[in-house]
Amino acid sequence: MSPAFAKETSIEEVVGTIESGMTVGIGGWGSRRKPMALVRAICRSGLRDLTVVSYGGPDVGLLCAYGKVRRVVAPFATLDSIPLEPHFRRVRQQGTIAFTEYDEGMVMFGLYAAAHRLPFLPTRAGLGSDVMRVNPELRTVRSPYEDGEELVAMPALTMDVALLHLNRADRRGNARYLGPDPYLDDLFAKAAARTYVSCERLVETADLLKEGPVQSLLISRSHVTGVVETPNGAHFTSCEPDHGRDEAFQRAYATAAGDPAAWAAFRERFLAGDETAYQSAVRAWRRKESP
Amino acid sequence: MTATRAEVCVTACAEAFRGDGEILAAGIGGAVTVLAARLARLTFEPGLLTHDGTCLLTGDVPALGEGPGDVEGWLPFREHLWLVLNGRRHVMLGASQIDRFGNTNISCIGDWARPKAQLLGVRGVPGNTRCGTTSYWIPRHSPRVFVETVDMVSGVGYDRGAHEIRVVVTDLAVLDFATPDRRMRLRSVHPGVTVGQVTAATGFDLAVPDEVPATRAPDAEELRVIREVLDPDGLRDREVPEGSRR
Repeated sequence: MSPAFAKETSIEEVVGTIESGMTVGIGGWGSRRKPMALVRAICRSGLRDLTVVSYGGPDVGLLCAYGKVRRVVAPFATLDSIPLEPHFRRVRQQGTIAFTEYDEGMVMFGLYAAAHRLPFLPTRAGLGSDVMRVNPELRTVRSPYEDGEELVAMPALTMDVALLHLNRADRRGNARYLGPDPYLDDLFAKAAARTYVSCERLVETADLLKEGPVQSLLISRSHVTGVVETPNGAHFTSCEPDHGRDEAFQRAYATAAGDPAAWAAFRERFLAGDETAYQSAVRAWRRKESP
Repeated sequence: MTATRAEVCVTACAEAFRGDGEILAAGIGGAVTVLAARLARLTFEPGLLTHDGTCLLTGDVPALGEGPGDVEGWLPFREHLWLVLNGRRHVMLGASQIDRFGNTNISCIGDWARPKAQLLGVRGVPGNTRCGTTSYWIPRHSPRVFVETVDMVSGVGYDRGAHEIRVVVTDLAVLDFATPDRRMRLRSVHPGVTVGQVTAATGFDLAVPDEVPATRAPDAEELRVIREVLDPDGLRDREVPEGSRR
């Protein structure tokens, strides 16, 4: 393989390519297969004023908790088994971030539009709802055909960088999911100027297909700038079948988020060091929790 | 056998799916809506499609909390979002607020710009209500939920272009929009509930017919399916506790 196509990199190098003020798309859905190792590294960085596009989970929550976010573009923020994301809740109630609230299907069409380099795609989702009121920049279009129907012109959700976490990838940047749901990850990759993939395990290209069908090769190296191996890098979100959601740790996260002193202690214990330190702190926590 | 209030609610929610045929009956979370879709499929509406709560269409009809024995289809989130726009789906949603035309809010309480309480966000509800049939399950009928005006219109009501809001089922009653101006109407009260209890728990003027029938109780076969097949652990009672009956 030509070294030009060898894209293996490190968490810190990925975050080093992101600039304050950029728009960052994050794959996964809710508290499922989120690139949390990359998110944690952004939290440790000096980045700020990011616009984050996400089917939101603790990625959105953590970045808000660390003051990295100027605007969230999302249809929700949830921990799934815990309905409300506590940090997102707090910053919304304090009024310290801007929020672009879209319907789930609108976000998908925004990604499709960006992926196809279209300025917008028409949809019925959003019509009549207060999504139109709280996003006064949204426009409608009228069908040029006989039906003449008025539709929402969902603008392309272009982004500077997309961050994804997949089960397997090769060093060229081809990546596959092994779990039950691809989420919208490939659309994020196609909508972004640059995409970085973290993965549970790097494998040789010849071994990519060993664990499943060709249809699960979701991401093409054509869209990928860098790839980094981060075992357990989606923790505490799920990354099936490699691991499920760490529900006990997620509960600890959500509980700590409810109290400033407890949150400061949580940050110090788990998030003050690098990714290796985080994983080691989580292992130590688990030994203590389940003696 | 006397049905509990929870079982009356499950059956009333199942009734919402009557006549739907081979479309997805989607219950969103909790016990009652999921039981309702599965009960309808196992009894009077066998063509329905049901899912496992993630992305599998189940070939059989498992008990609450059990995985499917057979899988007959794959419905990852992107396909679910497509299906919402396609319309071959009837979803039973929850709501933090609902008004007389069926506008609902799950996004936030208070002023959207700086809410008193940030809730979920609109999720897929704008598209759901504009493009496909929607019903609602409200486990606690109260004036805090049934309000004059919702703070953020997530789901659109009949005055804002709803496709179809078939019924609103609560722990007290079944409501629909079978009025000339599509205002909410009391269709039936659950056994043991009075019309006055329902109107007192509703924060706007409800259309009330002269005669309000009782919600039908589940028959013996439906009770057997609920109790022995679908919910032997009684998870339905946590959502509608018998002790708190009003």
